[in-house]
Amino acid sequence: MDLVNIGIKSIFTENIILAYFLGMCSFLALSKKVSTSVGLGLAVVFVLSITTPVNWLLNEYLLREGALAWLGPGFAPVDLSFLSFITFIAVIAAMVQIVEMAVEKFSMTLYNALGIYLPLITVNCAILGVALFMVERRYTLAQATVFGFSSGIGWFLAIVSMAAIRHKLRYSNIPAGMRGLGITMLITGLMAIAFMIFSGIDLGN
Amino acid sequence: MFDKKILLDPVGATNPVTIQILGICSALAVTSRLKTAVVVGLSVIIVVALSNVVISLIRNYIPSKVRIIIEMTVIASLVILVDQFLKAYAYQLSKQLSVFVGLIITNCIVLGRLEAFAMANPPVPSFLDGVGNGLGYALILAVVGSLRELLGSGSLWGYRVIPEPLYAAGYSDNGLMVLAPGAFIILALIIWAQRTYTGYREE
Repeated sequence: MDLVNIGIKSIFTENIILAYFLGMCSFLALSKKVSTSVGLGLAVVFVLSITTPVNWLLNEYLLREGALAWLGPGFAPVDLSFLSFITFIAVIAAMVQIVEMAVEKFSMTLYNALGIYLPLITVNCAILGVALFMVERRYTLAQATVFGFSSGIGWFLAIVSMAAIRHKLRYSNIPAGMRGLGITMLITGLMAIAFMIFSGIDLGN
Repeated sequence: MFDKKILLDPVGATNPVTIQILGICSALAVTSRLKTAVVVGLSVIIVVALSNVVISLIRNYIPSKVRIIIEMTVIASLVILVDQFLKAYAYQLSKQLSVFVGLIITNCIVLGRLEAFAMANPPVPSFLDGVGNGLGYALILAVVGSLRELLGSGSLWGYRVIPEPLYAAGYSDNGLMVLAPGAFIILALIIWAQRTYTGYREE
Protein backbone atom coordinates (compact mmCIF):
# COMPACT_ATOMS: atom_id res chain seq x y z
CA MET A 1 0.00 0.00 0.00
CA ASP A 2 2.88 2.26 0.88
CA LEU A 3 4.40 1.61 -2.55
CA VAL A 4 1.13 2.34 -4.38
CA ASN A 5 0.90 5.57 -2.43
CA ILE A 6 4.41 6.66 -3.45
CA GLY A 7 3.58 5.74 -7.04
CA ILE A 8 0.34 7.73 -7.20
CA LYS A 9 1.92 10.66 -5.41
CA SER A 10 4.90 10.98 -7.71
CA ILE A 11 2.79 10.66 -10.86
CA PHE A 12 0.02 13.10 -9.94
CA THR A 13 0.23 15.19 -6.78
CA GLU A 14 4.01 15.64 -6.66
CA ASN A 15 4.67 15.51 -10.38
CA ILE A 16 8.37 15.97 -11.00
CA ILE A 17 7.87 18.78 -13.53
CA LEU A 18 4.71 20.46 -12.35
CA ALA A 19 5.52 20.56 -8.64
CA TYR A 20 9.34 20.40 -8.50
CA PHE A 21 10.26 21.98 -11.87
CA LEU A 22 12.76 19.25 -12.74
CA GLY A 23 13.60 18.45 -16.35
CA MET A 24 12.21 21.74 -17.64
CA CYS A 25 14.87 22.37 -20.29
CA SER A 26 14.14 19.33 -22.43
CA PHE A 27 10.45 19.66 -21.57
CA LEU A 28 10.36 23.10 -23.16
CA ALA A 29 12.71 22.39 -26.04
CA LEU A 30 11.35 19.03 -27.20
CA SER A 31 7.60 19.31 -26.69
CA LYS A 32 6.90 20.65 -30.16
CA LYS A 33 5.89 17.33 -31.71
CA VAL A 34 3.91 14.52 -30.08
CA SER A 35 6.03 11.74 -31.63
CA THR A 36 9.37 13.11 -30.37
CA SER A 37 7.96 13.77 -26.93
CA VAL A 38 6.72 10.17 -26.68
CA GLY A 39 10.22 8.93 -27.59
CA LEU A 40 11.92 11.18 -25.09
CA GLY A 41 9.37 10.39 -22.39
CA LEU A 42 9.92 6.65 -22.80
CA ALA A 43 13.69 7.13 -22.67
CA VAL A 44 13.36 9.07 -19.41
CA VAL A 45 11.14 6.39 -17.83
CA PHE A 46 13.66 3.78 -18.91
CA VAL A 47 16.75 5.54 -17.56
CA LEU A 48 15.04 6.59 -14.31
CA SER A 49 13.89 3.02 -13.56
CA ILE A 50 17.47 1.77 -13.98
CA THR A 51 19.56 4.54 -12.41
CA THR A 52 17.48 5.02 -9.26
CA PRO A 53 18.03 1.49 -7.82
CA VAL A 54 21.72 1.57 -8.85
CA ASN A 55 22.24 4.91 -7.13
CA TRP A 56 20.37 3.60 -4.09
CA LEU A 57 22.75 0.64 -3.81
CA LEU A 58 25.80 2.89 -4.18
CA ASN A 59 24.51 5.28 -1.55
CA GLU A 60 23.64 2.46 0.86
CA TYR A 61 26.89 0.51 0.56
CA LEU A 62 29.45 3.18 -0.30
CA LEU A 63 28.51 6.76 0.38
CA ARG A 64 26.28 7.36 3.40
CA GLU A 65 27.67 7.69 6.89
CA GLY A 66 28.65 4.25 8.20
CA ALA A 67 28.01 2.63 4.82
CA LEU A 68 31.48 1.13 4.65
CA ALA A 69 30.96 -0.90 7.84
CA TRP A 70 30.83 -4.09 5.75
CA LEU A 71 34.56 -3.69 5.04
CA GLY A 72 35.38 -4.02 8.71
CA PRO A 73 34.76 -2.13 11.96
CA GLY A 74 37.56 0.36 11.19
CA PHE A 75 35.60 1.72 8.27
CA ALA A 76 32.39 2.33 10.21
CA PRO A 77 32.94 6.06 10.95
CA VAL A 78 33.78 6.91 7.31
CA ASP A 79 31.30 9.34 5.76
CA LEU A 80 31.65 9.81 2.01
CA SER A 81 28.30 11.51 1.47
CA PHE A 82 30.00 14.68 0.20
CA LEU A 83 30.97 12.64 -2.88
CA SER A 84 27.36 11.84 -3.71
CA PHE A 85 26.86 14.54 -6.40
CA ILE A 86 29.87 13.47 -8.41
CA THR A 87 29.10 9.75 -7.99
CA PHE A 88 25.46 10.09 -8.98
CA ILE A 89 26.19 12.15 -12.08
CA ALA A 90 28.92 9.72 -13.13
CA VAL A 91 26.54 6.77 -12.66
CA ILE A 92 23.87 8.53 -14.67
CA ALA A 93 26.27 9.38 -17.52
CA ALA A 94 27.65 5.84 -17.57
CA MET A 95 24.21 4.25 -17.32
CA VAL A 96 22.87 6.32 -20.20
CA GLN A 97 25.85 5.18 -22.27
CA ILE A 98 25.33 1.50 -21.35
CA VAL A 99 21.59 1.67 -21.94
CA GLU A 100 22.26 3.21 -25.33
CA MET A 101 24.65 0.41 -26.32
CA ALA A 102 22.37 -2.33 -24.99
CA VAL A 103 19.33 -0.98 -26.76
CA GLU A 104 21.31 -0.68 -29.98
CA LYS A 105 22.38 -4.34 -29.73
CA PHE A 106 19.10 -5.94 -28.73
CA SER A 107 16.33 -3.89 -30.28
CA MET A 108 16.93 -1.84 -33.37
CA THR A 109 13.31 -0.63 -33.39
CA LEU A 110 13.53 0.79 -29.90
CA TYR A 111 16.96 2.25 -30.70
CA ASN A 112 15.61 4.04 -33.73
CA ALA A 113 12.72 5.37 -31.67
CA LEU A 114 14.86 6.61 -28.76
CA GLY A 115 18.26 6.91 -30.43
CA ILE A 116 18.99 10.60 -30.55
CA TYR A 117 17.26 11.42 -27.25
CA LEU A 118 19.17 9.01 -25.05
CA PRO A 119 22.43 11.04 -24.74
CA LEU A 120 20.43 14.18 -23.88
CA ILE A 121 19.07 12.51 -20.77
CA THR A 122 22.38 12.82 -18.89
CA VAL A 123 21.77 16.52 -18.37
CA ASN A 124 18.05 16.16 -17.61
CA CYS A 125 17.71 17.47 -14.05
CA ALA A 126 14.85 15.06 -13.37
CA ILE A 127 17.26 12.10 -13.25
CA LEU A 128 19.71 13.66 -10.79
CA GLY A 129 16.82 15.22 -8.87
CA VAL A 130 15.15 11.86 -8.28
CA ALA A 131 18.45 10.40 -7.04
CA LEU A 132 18.91 13.28 -4.58
CA PHE A 133 15.29 13.22 -3.37
CA MET A 134 15.57 9.47 -2.80
CA VAL A 135 18.53 10.02 -0.48
CA GLU A 136 16.93 12.94 1.31
CA ARG A 137 13.67 11.09 1.97
CA ARG A 138 15.46 7.92 3.12
CA TYR A 139 13.53 5.53 0.89
CA THR A 140 14.11 1.77 1.01
CA LEU A 141 15.23 -0.04 -2.15
CA ALA A 142 11.66 -1.00 -3.14
CA GLN A 143 10.35 2.49 -2.44
CA ALA A 144 13.17 4.09 -4.39
CA THR A 145 12.55 1.85 -7.40
CA VAL A 146 8.84 2.66 -7.44
CA PHE A 147 9.63 6.36 -6.93
CA GLY A 148 12.04 6.38 -9.90
CA PHE A 149 9.67 4.55 -12.23
CA SER A 150 6.57 6.57 -11.40
CA SER A 151 8.43 9.89 -11.51
CA GLY A 152 9.37 8.91 -15.03
CA ILE A 153 5.74 8.14 -15.84
CA GLY A 154 4.72 11.53 -14.44
CA TRP A 155 7.30 13.27 -16.61
CA PHE A 156 6.13 11.27 -19.65
CA LEU A 157 2.52 12.26 -19.01
CA ALA A 158 3.36 15.95 -18.69
CA ILE A 159 5.54 16.22 -21.81
CA VAL A 160 3.10 14.27 -24.02
CA SER A 161 0.13 16.38 -22.95
CA MET A 162 2.18 19.55 -23.47
CA ALA A 163 3.12 18.42 -26.99
CA ALA A 164 -0.53 17.72 -27.78
CA ILE A 165 -1.57 21.18 -26.55
CA ARG A 166 1.20 22.92 -28.52
CA HIS A 167 0.12 21.04 -31.61
CA LYS A 168 -3.34 22.55 -31.25
CA LEU A 169 -1.84 26.00 -30.59
CA ARG A 170 -0.09 26.14 -33.94
CA TYR A 171 -2.88 28.06 -35.61
CA SER A 172 -3.78 30.34 -32.71
CA ASN A 173 -3.15 34.05 -32.83
CA ILE A 174 -0.69 34.58 -29.98
CA PRO A 175 0.83 38.02 -29.18
CA ALA A 176 4.27 38.22 -30.85
CA GLY A 177 6.35 38.50 -27.67
CA MET A 178 4.51 35.60 -26.10
CA ARG A 179 5.17 33.10 -28.91
CA GLY A 180 7.30 30.08 -28.12
CA LEU A 181 8.70 30.05 -24.61
CA GLY A 182 6.23 32.53 -23.09
CA ILE A 183 3.03 30.75 -24.00
CA THR A 184 4.56 27.36 -23.15
CA MET A 185 5.39 28.56 -19.63
CA LEU A 186 1.90 29.94 -19.19
CA ILE A 187 0.31 26.64 -20.27
CA THR A 188 2.62 24.75 -17.95
CA GLY A 189 1.32 26.96 -15.17
CA LEU A 190 -2.28 26.14 -16.06
CA MET A 191 -1.39 22.43 -16.25
CA ALA A 192 0.18 22.66 -12.79
CA ILE A 193 -3.08 24.15 -11.48
CA ALA A 194 -5.00 21.29 -13.12
CA PHE A 195 -2.71 18.71 -11.50
CA MET A 196 -3.28 20.38 -8.11
CA ILE A 197 -6.76 18.89 -7.97
CA PHE A 198 -5.08 15.58 -7.18
CA SER A 199 -3.50 16.95 -4.02
CA GLY A 200 -4.82 15.49 -0.82
CA ILE A 201 -5.03 11.99 -2.25
CA ASP A 202 -3.42 9.74 0.34
CA LEU A 203 -3.75 5.97 0.24
CA GLY A 204 -1.42 5.58 3.22
CA ASN A 205 -4.13 5.07 5.81
CA MET B 1 41.44 42.09 -23.29
CA PHE B 2 38.57 43.39 -21.23
CA ASP B 3 35.48 43.34 -23.39
CA LYS B 4 32.44 44.92 -21.79
CA LYS B 5 30.11 43.31 -24.30
CA ILE B 6 30.97 39.78 -23.14
CA LEU B 7 30.10 40.75 -19.58
CA LEU B 8 26.96 42.80 -20.16
CA ASP B 9 25.20 41.16 -23.11
CA PRO B 10 24.02 38.08 -21.18
CA VAL B 11 22.47 40.29 -18.51
CA GLY B 12 19.99 41.77 -21.00
CA ALA B 13 20.06 41.09 -24.72
CA THR B 14 21.10 37.41 -24.64
CA ASN B 15 19.78 36.57 -21.18
CA PRO B 16 20.27 32.84 -20.50
CA VAL B 17 16.81 32.33 -19.00
CA THR B 18 14.47 34.44 -21.08
CA ILE B 19 16.23 34.28 -24.47
CA GLN B 20 18.39 31.16 -24.54
CA ILE B 21 15.90 29.06 -22.49
CA LEU B 22 18.60 27.57 -20.27
CA GLY B 23 18.44 26.68 -16.60
CA ILE B 24 14.72 27.07 -16.12
CA CYS B 25 14.40 24.22 -13.61
CA SER B 26 16.16 25.84 -10.73
CA ALA B 27 15.01 29.30 -11.78
CA LEU B 28 11.55 28.29 -10.62
CA ALA B 29 12.13 25.92 -7.76
CA VAL B 30 14.10 28.23 -5.48
CA THR B 31 12.22 31.46 -6.06
CA SER B 32 9.33 31.26 -3.59
CA ARG B 33 11.54 33.37 -1.27
CA LEU B 34 13.91 36.18 -2.29
CA LYS B 35 16.67 34.99 0.03
CA THR B 36 16.99 31.48 -1.44
CA ALA B 37 16.79 32.94 -4.95
CA VAL B 38 19.72 35.27 -4.29
CA VAL B 39 21.82 32.53 -2.67
CA VAL B 40 21.32 30.18 -5.62
CA GLY B 41 21.98 33.06 -8.02
CA LEU B 42 25.33 33.76 -6.33
CA SER B 43 26.24 30.06 -6.29
CA VAL B 44 25.54 29.80 -10.02
CA ILE B 45 27.68 32.90 -10.76
CA ILE B 46 30.59 31.28 -8.88
CA VAL B 47 30.17 27.88 -10.53
CA VAL B 48 29.78 29.21 -14.09
CA ALA B 49 32.68 31.65 -13.81
CA LEU B 50 35.13 29.19 -12.24
CA SER B 51 34.22 26.22 -14.42
CA ASN B 52 34.56 28.44 -17.49
CA VAL B 53 38.08 29.37 -16.39
CA VAL B 54 39.10 25.78 -15.59
CA ILE B 55 37.78 24.34 -18.86
CA SER B 56 39.22 27.22 -20.84
CA LEU B 57 42.68 26.57 -19.31
CA ILE B 58 42.65 22.90 -20.29
CA ARG B 59 40.62 23.27 -23.48
CA ASN B 60 43.51 22.28 -25.77
CA TYR B 61 44.14 19.02 -23.92
CA ILE B 62 40.56 17.69 -23.75
CA PRO B 63 39.81 14.94 -26.27
CA SER B 64 36.51 15.90 -27.84
CA LYS B 65 35.00 12.44 -27.38
CA VAL B 66 35.05 12.50 -23.58
CA ARG B 67 34.60 16.23 -23.11
CA ILE B 68 31.09 16.04 -21.66
CA ILE B 69 32.26 13.73 -18.88
CA ILE B 70 35.26 15.96 -18.12
CA GLU B 71 33.03 19.02 -18.04
CA MET B 72 30.54 17.28 -15.74
CA THR B 73 33.36 16.30 -13.38
CA VAL B 74 34.67 19.86 -13.16
CA ILE B 75 31.15 21.24 -12.58
CA ALA B 76 30.31 18.60 -9.97
CA SER B 77 33.52 19.30 -8.02
CA LEU B 78 32.78 23.03 -7.93
CA VAL B 79 29.18 22.40 -6.84
CA ILE B 80 30.42 20.13 -4.04
CA LEU B 81 32.62 23.01 -2.83
CA VAL B 82 29.66 25.42 -2.87
CA ASP B 83 27.45 22.88 -1.10
CA GLN B 84 30.02 22.19 1.63
CA PHE B 85 30.53 25.93 2.10
CA LEU B 86 26.78 26.52 2.51
CA LYS B 87 26.50 23.60 4.94
CA ALA B 88 29.32 25.04 7.02
CA TYR B 89 28.28 28.70 7.11
CA ALA B 90 24.53 28.75 6.42
CA TYR B 91 23.20 25.40 7.54
CA GLN B 92 19.56 26.51 7.87
CA LEU B 93 19.59 27.91 4.35
CA SER B 94 21.18 24.80 2.87
CA LYS B 95 18.44 22.70 4.53
CA GLN B 96 15.78 24.88 2.90
CA LEU B 97 17.41 24.57 -0.50
CA SER B 98 17.61 20.77 -0.05
CA VAL B 99 18.47 19.12 -3.36
CA PHE B 100 18.51 22.29 -5.42
CA VAL B 101 22.14 23.17 -4.71
CA GLY B 102 23.13 19.77 -6.11
CA LEU B 103 20.97 20.38 -9.12
CA ILE B 104 23.23 23.26 -10.21
CA ILE B 105 25.27 20.43 -11.77
CA THR B 106 22.55 19.75 -14.31
CA ASN B 107 21.74 23.43 -14.76
CA CYS B 108 21.99 23.75 -18.52
CA ILE B 109 23.53 27.25 -18.27
CA VAL B 110 26.77 25.88 -16.89
CA LEU B 111 27.23 23.13 -19.48
CA GLY B 112 25.88 25.39 -22.21
CA ARG B 113 28.47 28.13 -21.54
CA LEU B 114 31.30 25.58 -21.31
CA GLU B 115 30.35 24.11 -24.67
CA ALA B 116 29.56 27.36 -26.42
CA PHE B 117 32.23 29.69 -25.02
CA ALA B 118 34.94 28.23 -22.78
CA MET B 119 35.93 25.47 -25.21
CA ALA B 120 36.90 28.09 -27.80
CA ASN B 121 38.15 31.10 -25.83
CA PRO B 122 41.05 32.03 -23.52
CA PRO B 123 40.53 32.18 -19.71
CA VAL B 124 39.93 35.92 -19.17
CA PRO B 125 37.04 36.36 -21.65
CA SER B 126 35.67 33.01 -20.44
CA PHE B 127 35.64 34.29 -16.88
CA LEU B 128 33.77 37.44 -17.95
CA ASP B 129 31.31 35.39 -19.99
CA GLY B 130 30.69 33.16 -16.97
CA VAL B 131 30.14 36.12 -14.63
CA GLY B 132 27.85 37.80 -17.18
CA ASN B 133 25.68 34.76 -17.73
CA GLY B 134 25.58 34.08 -14.01
CA LEU B 135 24.48 37.67 -13.41
CA GLY B 136 21.77 37.47 -16.07
CA TYR B 137 20.48 34.32 -14.41
CA ALA B 138 20.69 35.75 -10.90
CA LEU B 139 18.83 38.87 -12.02
CA ILE B 140 15.84 36.88 -13.32
CA LEU B 141 15.90 34.76 -10.15
CA ALA B 142 15.86 37.85 -7.95
CA VAL B 143 12.98 39.44 -9.89
CA VAL B 144 10.87 36.26 -9.84
CA GLY B 145 11.77 35.69 -6.18
CA SER B 146 10.80 39.16 -5.02
CA LEU B 147 7.52 39.16 -6.98
CA ARG B 148 6.53 35.74 -5.61
CA GLU B 149 7.45 36.60 -2.03
CA LEU B 150 5.75 39.99 -2.20
CA LEU B 151 2.49 38.72 -3.71
CA GLY B 152 2.49 35.33 -1.99
CA SER B 153 3.49 36.18 1.58
CA GLY B 154 3.42 39.98 1.68
CA SER B 155 7.07 40.20 2.72
CA LEU B 156 10.53 40.77 1.21
CA TRP B 157 13.72 39.07 2.46
CA GLY B 158 11.64 37.83 5.38
CA TYR B 159 10.49 41.34 6.45
CA ARG B 160 6.82 42.28 6.25
CA VAL B 161 6.21 44.88 3.53
CA ILE B 162 2.44 44.97 3.14
CA PRO B 163 1.18 46.90 6.20
CA GLU B 164 -1.25 45.32 8.71
CA PRO B 165 -4.12 47.84 8.14
CA LEU B 166 -4.32 46.68 4.52
CA TYR B 167 -5.02 43.12 5.69
CA ALA B 168 -7.61 44.46 8.09
CA ALA B 169 -9.24 46.24 5.15
CA GLY B 170 -9.72 42.94 3.36
CA TYR B 171 -6.47 42.42 1.42
CA SER B 172 -5.17 38.86 1.47
CA ASP B 173 -2.03 37.14 0.14
CA ASN B 174 -2.28 35.22 -3.09
CA GLY B 175 -1.47 31.66 -2.03
CA LEU B 176 -1.04 30.55 -5.64
CA MET B 177 2.18 32.57 -5.91
CA VAL B 178 3.97 30.40 -3.35
CA LEU B 179 2.98 27.24 -5.21
CA ALA B 180 4.35 25.94 -8.50
CA PRO B 181 1.79 27.47 -10.89
CA GLY B 182 2.57 30.98 -9.64
CA ALA B 183 6.22 30.53 -10.63
CA PHE B 184 5.33 29.45 -14.16
CA ILE B 185 2.91 32.31 -14.67
CA ILE B 186 5.24 35.01 -13.28
CA LEU B 187 8.12 33.80 -15.45
CA ALA B 188 5.84 33.71 -18.50
CA LEU B 189 4.88 37.35 -17.90
CA ILE B 190 8.52 38.40 -17.39
CA ILE B 191 9.46 36.70 -20.66
CA TRP B 192 6.61 38.46 -22.41
CA ALA B 193 7.65 41.87 -21.05
CA GLN B 194 11.34 41.35 -21.82
CA ARG B 195 10.72 40.12 -25.36
CA THR B 196 8.32 42.94 -26.11
CA TYR B 197 10.96 45.40 -24.89
CA THR B 198 13.93 43.91 -26.78
CA GLY B 199 11.90 42.90 -29.83
CA TYR B 200 13.26 39.33 -29.75
CA ARG B 201 11.06 36.92 -31.73
CA GLU B 202 10.94 33.16 -31.73
CA GLU B 203 9.92 31.21 -34.80
